[in-house]
Amino acid sequence: MTPRSARVVVAGASMAGLRAAEQLRAAGWTGAITLVGDEPHMPYNRPPLSKEVLAGKAAFTSLSFRPRASVADVQWRLGTKAVAARLARNTVELDDGETLSYDGLVVATGMRPRRLSCPGPLVGRHTVRTIDDAQSLRQALTRPAVRVVVVGGGFIGCEVAATAVALGARQVTVVDPLPLPMAGPLGELLAGALLKRHEERGVRFALDAGVTGFTGDDHVTGVALGDGTVLPADVVVESVGSVANTEWLDGNGLDLSDGVLTDEHLRVGGRPEVVAVGDVARFPNARYDGVPRRVEHWCIPTDTAKHAAKTLVAHLTGSTAGLPPFAPLPTFWSDQHDFRLQSFGAPALGKEDVRVLEGVLDGDVVVGYHTGGRLTGVVALGGQAAAVAASRYRAELLKQPAPTA
Amino acid sequence: MKVVVDMNKCQDHGQCVFAAPEVFSMDDSGRLAYVADPDDALRDEVEEAADVCPLQAIRIED
Ligand SMILES: Cc1cc2nc3c(=O)[nH]c(=O)nc-3n(C[C@H](O)[C@H](O)[C@H](O)COP(=O)(O)OP(=O)(O)OC[C@H]3O[C@@H](n4cnc5c(N)ncnc54)[C@H](O)[C@@H]3O)c2cc1C
Repeated sequence: MTPRSARVVVAGASMAGLRAAEQLRAAGWTGAITLVGDEPHMPYNRPPLSKEVLAGKAAFTSLSFRPRASVADVQWRLGTKAVAARLARNTVELDDGETLSYDGLVVATGMRPRRLSCPGPLVGRHTVRTIDDAQSLRQALTRPAVRVVVVGGGFIGCEVAATAVALGARQVTVVDPLPLPMAGPLGELLAGALLKRHEERGVRFALDAGVTGFTGDDHVTGVALGDGTVLPADVVVESVGSVANTEWLDGNGLDLSDGVLTDEHLRVGGRPEVVAVGDVARFPNARYDGVPRRVEHWCIPTDTAKHAAKTLVAHLTGSTAGLPPFAPLPTFWSDQHDFRLQSFGAPALGKEDVRVLEGVLDGDVVVGYHTGGRLTGVVALGGQAAAVAASRYRAELLKQPAPTA
Repeated sequence: MKVVVDMNKCQDHGQCVFAAPEVFSMDDSGRLAYVADPDDALRDEVEEAADVCPLQAIRIED
C-alpha cells in the first residue's frame, strides 16, 4: 500500500517524464506525483520537429502526447525548473523558490543541443530540440531562396537538410569533420549509400571539414571552414550533438560525466529511491556488454520508464520487484527525403562486420551488423518493404544472448 | 474497448504489431490492419501499442 502522503517527484516533463508517471500508476503507485518541467508546454513528440513539422505537414498542436487516464490526478508544474537537489535530504529546489520533498525521485531532464563556440554573430543560427526551435527554423527556411548550412551530419542534421531541400532552399550544405555522414552509428557501408542518396536529391556535403567561425555582422552570412573556404549561408543549423541537463544534480557525488549513471535497474547513485529515465539515463544494457551508455532513441523513454517505475514502486511499497536486469532491444528510425532508415538492435556494436542481408545498396536494402560472427543489429534503408524485411530479423535479435567479447 | 487508428497519421512503422500482435498486423505490402473491438483482456497490450506508435496515431476508447 502507498502511504497517502507519499510523493514521487518527476523532474523533466517531456516524453520520459510522462511515461514515468503513467508507468508508476501502472506499477501500483497511488501516492502523489508531481511533474516539474521547464518548458511551458505539455509533453509533445519530438521526432516530427525535424521532419513533418519543419516541412509544414503537421501542425504544432498535433504533437501533444495523449496522457493515459491514470495520470489525470498528477500535479503539473510546467514552466518551472528544478535548480538543485539534495538527495541526502530527499528534496528538490525549484526556480520559483519552492522546495519539494519526495519519497521517490525520477530524473527525466533529457538533453539540450550542444552549441558551437566559434566566433561570429548569433542571429541566423538555429538548433532543433523544442517546438519553439522548430517554429523559428521553419520561418527562416520558408523565406525565398535561402542558402542553408547544416553543421553536423548526424541523423537530425541530415533530416533537416532533406526537409530544407523539400522546402525549396536555394542551396543546402551539410558540414561534418568526418568523411561520411552518420557513419558513427551506422558504419561506412550504409553511410556511403546515404551520402549518395542525399547528393542525388540535391544536398551538398563539405566533409572532413571543421567550422572555425561564422561571418557577418549582426546576422550570419557564411560559415568559415578550416581550409579557408567560406560557405555562404542565410540560415545555419547547428546539429552537433547534445548535452545532458544534469547541472541541477551537481553536488550529490553522482557520476554526471555523460548523463546520469544508473545501475542495471536504472537506480542512481546507489539510492533505491532515485531512478533515471529517457535520454539522460546512462545505463548498462544486459543484452550487450556491461558498458553503461545513453541511448537517444525514441523507444528508450518508454522502455526505461516501465522498468524504473517497477523498481521504484517496489522499493517505496516495501515489496521486491524481482526484475531481471534492464535489457531493452533498441529500435530507431529516421525519415530523410523519400526513404526511411529503420534499425533494430545495436548496429554500432557490429560496425566491423557489416553484410547486406537482403536487397541492394542502391535500392531497398537490409544490412546486418555482426560481432564475433553474431548479429548485433539490422538496419533497413529504403521504402516500407525494407522496413518490413528488417523487422523479420527482430525476433532473431531478441533471442541473441549478450556477446561476451 | 474500442481501438481507433488515425490512418492519416499512420506511417506503417509497425511498432504496434510488436506490442500487440493479436490486435495489429501488417499485410504483405506493409500496410497496417487492426481489430477495432479487441477483448478487454488485451488492454495492457493495446495501451503499450498506443505508447510505442511514433506518430501517436492509436487511440483507445471505452
Ligand atoms: C528533432 C528531433 C528528432 C528526433 N527524431 C527521432 C527519430 O526519428 N527517431 C528516434 O528514434 N528518435 C528521435 N529523436 C529522439 C527522441 O525524440 C528522444 O529520444 C526523446 O524525445 C527523449 O525524451 P526525454 O523525455 O528523455 O528527453 P527530452 O525530450 O529532452 O525531455 C526533457 C525535458 O526536461 C526538461 N528539463 C530539462 N532540465 C530541466 C530542469 N532542470 N527542470 C525541469 N525540467 C527540465 C526539458 O526542457 C525537456 O522538456 C529525435 C529527437 C529530436 C530532438
